[in-house]
Amino acid sequence: MPKVNAETVATSPEAVAQQLAAARYLADDSLATAIFLAIRLGKPLLLEGAPGVGKTEAAKAIAELLGRDLVRLQCYEGIDAAHALYEWNYQRQLLAIRHAGEHEIDIYDDRFLIARPLLQVLRAPEQRVLLVDEIDRSDHEFEALLLEFLSDFQISIPERGTIRAEAQPIVILTSNRTRELAEALRRRCVYHWIGYPDARREAEIIMLRAGDVAEATARAVATAVQTIRARPLAKPPGIAEAVEWANAATILEKGGSPWPEAFRRAIGVLIKDEEDLSYIAPELGRIVEEALA
Amino acid sequence: MSRDLNNTFSPFTGRRCPEGADEGQREPPMSAPPLTCLPASSPRKRGEEGFPRAAAPLLSFARLLRRYGFAIAPEQVSSFMQAATLLGPRSMADIREAALATLAPSPDRRNEFEVHFRSHFYGDGQPSVEGEEDEETRIKDDGGTREKESETARQEKGGALSSALEQLSTRDFQRDDDRLTAFRRKLAYALPARRSFRTVRTHSRGKLDLRRSLREIVSADGDVPSPLLRRRQTVPRKLLILIDVSGSMKLHTADYLKLAHAAVQGADRAEIFTFGTRLTRITSALRIRDRDQALARAAAQVDDWDGGTRMGPTLLAFLSVPRFSAFARGAAVVILSDALERGDHGALETAIRRLSARAFRLSLATPLAGDPRFHPETAALSAILPELDDLIDGSSLKSLSDFILSLARPAPVASTIWKRVS
Repeated sequence: MPKVNAETVATSPEAVAQQLAAARYLADDSLATAIFLAIRLGKPLLLEGAPGVGKTEAAKAIAELLGRDLVRLQCYEGIDAAHALYEWNYQRQLLAIRHAGEHEIDIYDDRFLIARPLLQVLRAPEQRVLLVDEIDRSDHEFEALLLEFLSDFQISIPERGTIRAEAQPIVILTSNRTRELAEALRRRCVYHWIGYPDARREAEIIMLRAGDVAEATARAVATAVQTIRARPLAKPPGIAEAVEWANAATILEKGGSPWPEAFRRAIGVLIKDEEDLSYIAPELGRIVEEALA
Repeated sequence: MSRDLNNTFSPFTGRRCPEGADEGQREPPMSAPPLTCLPASSPRKRGEEGFPRAAAPLLSFARLLRRYGFAIAPEQVSSFMQAATLLGPRSMADIREAALATLAPSPDRRNEFEVHFRSHFYGDGQPSVEGEEDEETRIKDDGGTREKESETARQEKGGALSSALEQLSTRDFQRDDDRLTAFRRKLAYALPARRSFRTVRTHSRGKLDLRRSLREIVSADGDVPSPLLRRRQTVPRKLLILIDVSGSMKLHTADYLKLAHAAVQGADRAEIFTFGTRLTRITSALRIRDRDQALARAAAQVDDWDGGTRMGPTLLAFLSVPRFSAFARGAAVVILSDALERGDHGALETAIRRLSARAFRLSLATPLAGDPRFHPETAALSAILPELDDLIDGSSLKSLSDFILSLARPAPVASTIWKRVS
């Protein structure tokens, strides 16, 4: 991938939106503005939203737009410094000590250091974009650690000293909002709440993302999914599910099922909860027919 | 949702300030961070005469938001102004986007934010933030709110509660008090535990701790001393208490709230919600150490004291908020309710089933079970019985606190116990 200077890519929110579209990601004005501001102000970008609205995809698109590699740090309860920052390769160190015998050996050499995502990004800030995914799953201790990293962009390794980033790395954080993030973290970031797109935009996204789906199908899927999302489901379908549904229905239709039937049969890729399925089943035929009309 | 209208609470001084009397003195400490909102070509120097006049509305907008209880830091204000400069600003929409991205209003208060924005920049008159009155179960989260809910509201809504408090205090206040203190102290150790991903050092029963062992080896010049061990830590599970505050539970709610307060004080991670016709999160009110103060605060937050119950729909509403239903995941869930659902209990059944699928252990404490002749025979109760881990007596503080302290010990599921009884 060609290396691009962040400032030259992000000349205006419109330019950002255009290049995101080239990276097959359709951002609305508000998201494009937030991304533009994050790049230009040199602040981390915090994306919040319901599951399946394309937060992680946005990060991937940003990495592509900048021509950089995406380094992903998936958070979970109990994640700690050894998983996020760095770790020593103890087995190799022990072996090296054995092997060296009487010779002197530096067991804190680079070859024994396993760089975890934060350190990887720190070492090459101009080639990598850091994605801290689902930060709401981690616990408060990790959030504090991240806070320190995000404010100074440096990591201290006791055996090696402090490693500092040469340039400000681009960092994207995502959260499903299963818990409130610390105010201090929100404050340091440029913030954007990604909602579900409207039917027109969703149809565009489906067209862009799905393999070969006819425009009419995409529009019908978008409309039907909007209706289904309005119902009180345990897990409302995300955008990825809508794309899958359009794909699956198209495949079934090519296999010989007529239109409304193909949608109904492919419902398993859209709704993945038994209760939701039985809740929506009686209405599904009507919803699909209305959407097709 | 006019809850923020009268709020003149200042996040800086922590005092209530009269409207308008604070202009100038509550200005953010603007001189500290260098303001770069001036274009580079600007002939003016910083500090010569402050910022350009055009920037003043931006600054006062941040101040306005603060007055309505949005937490906005000085550095956010400066990045707001930087952002506006970066964007042009070519239109009002640019300023709005900049404000949204940098001032980061929480999604729950987004509508309120929009109203303030319109009133400030377009002069839409007095901001009025109206909550939509609809069929949906209203959810109230006390997370970001500060002391508000003016005094009058507290008097009128806390009335029922405080009289109930008095009534109880004549009973056996002293004994209950001691019991709650003991409960609070024991709770942290009595909750069921799970294995955490983190490890602790240990001297027996563990895996090799390579990191520490290597340091030992290095400091011992390559000798291998006795290996150091570590094992995965156990942490207490979350405790989620859902309290029914409807009319039929009137006699018990005061007791339950006291218990909930003790639970929040004692446990690391406890969450308390009340439900009647609405769902209210009162955890942060109960974090206040002083019990009377905490209960008064909680009482003011709950809007549906002694009303009807819509247990099914409110529990479903609880589950439909991802943030809340995440509290239930892997937690010990205790519902304090008589489960007297009027009419159709389909929603209740669904809600209990979903809750039990998420929870580590789901218990229903009903005051009706204090009666020895009680048997789960109502349609709603018998429908949800197979999903419950425990159905216990919730008529007294003693039985309840004893039960919660025994949550870590295994017990046969509710349906087998109650079958045996019959």
